[in-house]
Amino acid sequence: MRALLDSLKSLYPLDDIVLQRPDLAFATVPAAQVRGLLHHLKEREGFTHLVLLTAVDWLEDGMFQLTYLLHDRARARDLGLRTLIRRDRATMDGIHDLWPTAATYQRELKEMFGIDFPGSPGVDDPFVLEGWTDLPPYRRDFDTKDFSERNFNHREGRVTHDPAAHMKRHLYPDEA
Amino acid sequence: MRDELQKRVVKGPDGVEFEVEPLKDYYCEAPPAEHPPAYLKIVEDLFNWARSQSLWILGFGTGCGAIEMRPLMTPRFDAYRYGVQWRPTPRQSNLFIISGYLSVKTLKRVIRSYEQMQNPKYVVGLGSCTINGGMYWDSYNTIKRLDDYLPVDLYIAGCMPRPEALLAGFETLKHIIREGKAEGANLYARNFDWYKANQKKVIHDWDMPDYNW
Repeated sequence: MRALLDSLKSLYPLDDIVLQRPDLAFATVPAAQVRGLLHHLKEREGFTHLVLLTAVDWLEDGMFQLTYLLHDRARARDLGLRTLIRRDRATMDGIHDLWPTAATYQRELKEMFGIDFPGSPGVDDPFVLEGWTDLPPYRRDFDTKDFSERNFNHREGRVTHDPAAHMKRHLYPDEA
Repeated sequence: MRDELQKRVVKGPDGVEFEVEPLKDYYCEAPPAEHPPAYLKIVEDLFNWARSQSLWILGFGTGCGAIEMRPLMTPRFDAYRYGVQWRPTPRQSNLFIISGYLSVKTLKRVIRSYEQMQNPKYVVGLGSCTINGGMYWDSYNTIKRLDDYLPVDLYIAGCMPRPEALLAGFETLKHIIREGKAEGANLYARNFDWYKANQKKVIHDWDMPDYNW
């Protein structure tokens, strides 16, 4: 794994390299280099399988982090590539031409985070949220509790007990 | 409205072109009507007894609770000995078990399926999610009260209720039916506008007929 990372480092500007396990590593690359690096990994290094494509919302930094997790079946190793894109211009190049399954991930990211992948098949079709009009729900500035209270009727009678306080009251009624 | 529901000209396999208006041709335009009880109470009681003895469940799992229905079909719990069985289509079933959390997307399909079931029909809410949202009480995508959208005859509480609880629930439902209190379909017909208003409040892209019969 280390040899692979060293050889990649000479070709691409890798950053924040974390060797988590002997068979698992993470690295950060600039968004512009992602496609080239993924192509290289797929064609030259044997990372033929896209495990997942997911996102993290770094609200305070104004960034989305995209994580591409790749798997090399022959050598049984995983490599995670992270890249940061601006939150206010959440657009990224699609990789559906490298892995057709990526189109589904990209469609989900468009719906849940509002990250656009122009040209990805069906990226604008609703996935789970049909007729959604609010902020994309996985963005951290979306208030899910407030949304659910506004949209769905509430049934009275729901009580929440703090377990510690409840047990204290239950076991030692004199002290409460 | 979805494309397949628009008025259009279709060319048949024999080459003849004809006009199709799906909303008129395939669906019933009239709202559902109340079904009056039989002319004698003793006859209605007999009907209700017979209804209670054949609960046919629509094989539609909405959430994780559907997993509790599978063991009921197997020899260990064997719900069939109580006259309960699962059917593949809404037209053949009279009991809809909303099994667990119900997302808005599924709610749309549930409404379609429920309206296609024949009268008299019953709805059982399975699990806490159908009662007050359960663990999904603050979710952006699951409804919190099932009885706002469909007439519910019985709730089986739990997260999840065990198959035994479902068997007990079936027996309670039979009791309710025999007493003549399982009037969900009539309730739905009577308050049709109220139910529709509630349904349309959460389903923002209503692209199907108002009544899917």
